[in-house]
Amino acid sequence: MSESAQPVLVIDKLHVALPPCSDRPYAVEDISLSIHPGKTLCVVGESGSGKSVMATAVMGLLARELRPGPGSIVLQGESLLVASDSRLRALRGQAMGMVFQEPMTALNPVMSCGDQIDELLRQHTDWGTKRRSEAVLDILRRVKLPEPERMMRSYPHQLSGGQRQRIVIAMAVILQPALLICDEPTTALDVTTQKEILRLIEELQEDRSSGRRQACAVLFITHDMGVVAEIADDVLVMHQGRAVEYGARDAVLQSPQADYTKALLAAVPSMTPPPARPAPQGTPLLRGQDVSKTYSARDWLGRSRFTHALKAASVAVSAGETVGIVGESGSGKSTLARCLIRLIDPTGGQVLWRQNPRGEDDSLLDVASLGEGQLRPLRSQVQVVFQDPNRSLNPRRKVGDSIMEGAINFGATREEATALAASLMDKVRLPAEGLQRYPSQFSGGQRQRIAIARALACRPRVLVADEAVSALDVSVQAQILKLLREIQAELGLGLLFITHDLRVAAQLCDRVIVMHQGEIVEEGATAELYAHPQHDYTRRLLAAAPGALS
Amino acid sequence: MQVWQLLSQRLWRNSAFRFGVLVLGVLLLLAALAPVLGTVDPAAMDSAHINTAAGVRGEFAQLDGTVVMHTFWMGADNFGRDIFSRVLYGTRTSLLVAAFTAAVAIGVGALLGMLAGYFRIVDAVLMRFMDGLMAIPAILLAIALVAALGAQLWTVVVAIAIPEVPRVTRLVRAMVLTLREEPFVEAARALATPTPVILWRHILPNAMAPLIVQGTFVAASAVLTEAILSFLGLGLPADIPTWGNIMAEGRVQFTQYPGNVLFPALFLVPTVLAINLLGDGLRDVLDPKFSRRSA
Repeated sequence: MSESAQPVLVIDKLHVALPPCSDRPYAVEDISLSIHPGKTLCVVGESGSGKSVMATAVMGLLARELRPGPGSIVLQGESLLVASDSRLRALRGQAMGMVFQEPMTALNPVMSCGDQIDELLRQHTDWGTKRRSEAVLDILRRVKLPEPERMMRSYPHQLSGGQRQRIVIAMAVILQPALLICDEPTTALDVTTQKEILRLIEELQEDRSSGRRQACAVLFITHDMGVVAEIADDVLVMHQGRAVEYGARDAVLQSPQADYTKALLAAVPSMTPPPARPAPQGTPLLRGQDVSKTYSARDWLGRSRFTHALKAASVAVSAGETVGIVGESGSGKSTLARCLIRLIDPTGGQVLWRQNPRGEDDSLLDVASLGEGQLRPLRSQVQVVFQDPNRSLNPRRKVGDSIMEGAINFGATREEATALAASLMDKVRLPAEGLQRYPSQFSGGQRQRIAIARALACRPRVLVADEAVSALDVSVQAQILKLLREIQAELGLGLLFITHDLRVAAQLCDRVIVMHQGEIVEEGATAELYAHPQHDYTRRLLAAAPGALS
Repeated sequence: MQVWQLLSQRLWRNSAFRFGVLVLGVLLLLAALAPVLGTVDPAAMDSAHINTAAGVRGEFAQLDGTVVMHTFWMGADNFGRDIFSRVLYGTRTSLLVAAFTAAVAIGVGALLGMLAGYFRIVDAVLMRFMDGLMAIPAILLAIALVAALGAQLWTVVVAIAIPEVPRVTRLVRAMVLTLREEPFVEAARALATPTPVILWRHILPNAMAPLIVQGTFVAASAVLTEAILSFLGLGLPADIPTWGNIMAEGRVQFTQYPGNVLFPALFLVPTVLAINLLGDGLRDVLDPKFSRRSA
């Protein structure tokens, strides 16, 4: 017990300097923390808060432009900031293991998984071939990979995202490090997989099966308060490189002291849907009837192989209504959205748009098989906002030109379009001067606002948001959701909201459609569906959603 | 505005780019100012000065019969023509050929690449044709084209540009294939932007950086290929001074008068080097991902 009294990692007043002419002098400023064996410290913050910089400083992997300033990092009594490169190399793997966000890039694509784990053992131990391969098999079993013998021989691309992350975790823990550093290890994974990975990390932390003296300490970087609620013992909240709040999980989550923490917690959407709005009347603005999409590929013998990305899905969106499509990656939700916007050609079913985009005439027209030329005059009614704010705007065009494009395509003069762009910038709460700037001069949230303004420029009746808030920080996400709600109320838009985040769907959507493996497995009013999920998969999805904060 | 300032700053900090710009700047000045830099008509022959040694000063009888005092900085060839004048005027030809070839190859390649990348049907046909074109050695193809079209400035440019087109097409096609899937291109489609406008406004500007870099490499190889064609007697007619022509004519008496080959070579080598370094510098700044990958 006396051993566990010693913390594994102590960081004392750590500073990491940013290069001159950055927006602030330090990436990490005056951070102090300690982690005891068997404990998990969650470092939580939004992008740019310096949480990852701190983790890389501990690993000794800081980019050359970043210099650790005053302060110290002590791992098991050894100061890391003064350690030599070779000593740090020895410590990485042996004393500290690392798990990164994107398992595909963390693994070498041309080496089998077994060889990659084996390489670590060759570097750090003097074991023989047989002992090493036994150890590799053993760790694959401990990270609960099915058929460890086969996994050893497979290459990263042959595994699923969750399995790859298990391989990365296996590499991180095989040498039984005293400290495990996880930098957003579940952010790129689906919720159900996330749940499993979080549980695995907890189990490995306590695992003393191979004669380990003490449990592992975990430094866990995340932006997700739900994940914090699930696994943390202690929480450090970072903002702009500084520690805003540091304490035990329950204290921080339930009675936060700092205003920033309070705001951060308030921005996390709750799983409980708000009271339902009255159901819309009249014919829908957009309808998909048995829409399906099948991709075919030929193998080297010329035999066709079919992938059914979407199987007979039906959706309808009415004016003023928000319909959510939720599902994990590969569930076909984006494929459905793209068929409905007619960015791709559905292989079956009907996609019905209003025949007359502007007028009151509410007859619908099947556009599923129209060519691009015939679609163009109809396109103004259905617009889209994409996920990635970095890629959804042309980096080489001024924001103003991007916003005006739609209006001009539908017959507005340049003057009219300019006036419209200015009013839209106002609507999405951005200064009109921004029209003359390039997308790179805006933050992610601002760019998403610009993308919304661009979509609104040709007066759509349906707005399709494809994971439109998934790449944003929670506080920014809350603002964008609020903006979407306001715009919808003002313009009476039908909103089709595609997301993997059940909490966001709960807050925004009137109806929710759950998709799994290309099929709609369940749909219903949000409150009803969340309270009484009928389908097995829906239940699993709801259970896997990261912990409730209340 | 800021973007361009930042870019030019970063470019100027790159030493390869700086060297390339300086050398090319000097060459451009020499080419532009050739008439006032103590040269005579590069085609004028004075039988009194056949195979004059470098640095000799003497009277030179011009084509119109007037006689001027002239220093033969690089000597004279076996027709009594001033090599210094010929090399300087040859600089004009080489730089013109380089610029035009790069423009033609990039222009045609970008157009074909965009068509192939954006339209699946064009892709199948066009790229097989390009594969065929790539299977023929560039210099052989250029020789055949010059032989078929006759030797003039524009035919030489076309002959050198055509073998370069498939490479540019491939490059552009690959970029278009990724760019067309970008959300901003899909958003433009949803906004009912006509396809030619999408290609021109959304795709081409984003493919520009690697294209400019590729252009410099085309220009460098055009200088070399033009010299090779001229050296083989297949390039521009002998009365137009080009570095290749001068070297070809000097080749027969290379052992007695090596200057006839070495002086043009002294211009050729730094020109190609400078264009390539300029291209490397541009690539490092405009296309940092690529340079890191190849480093």
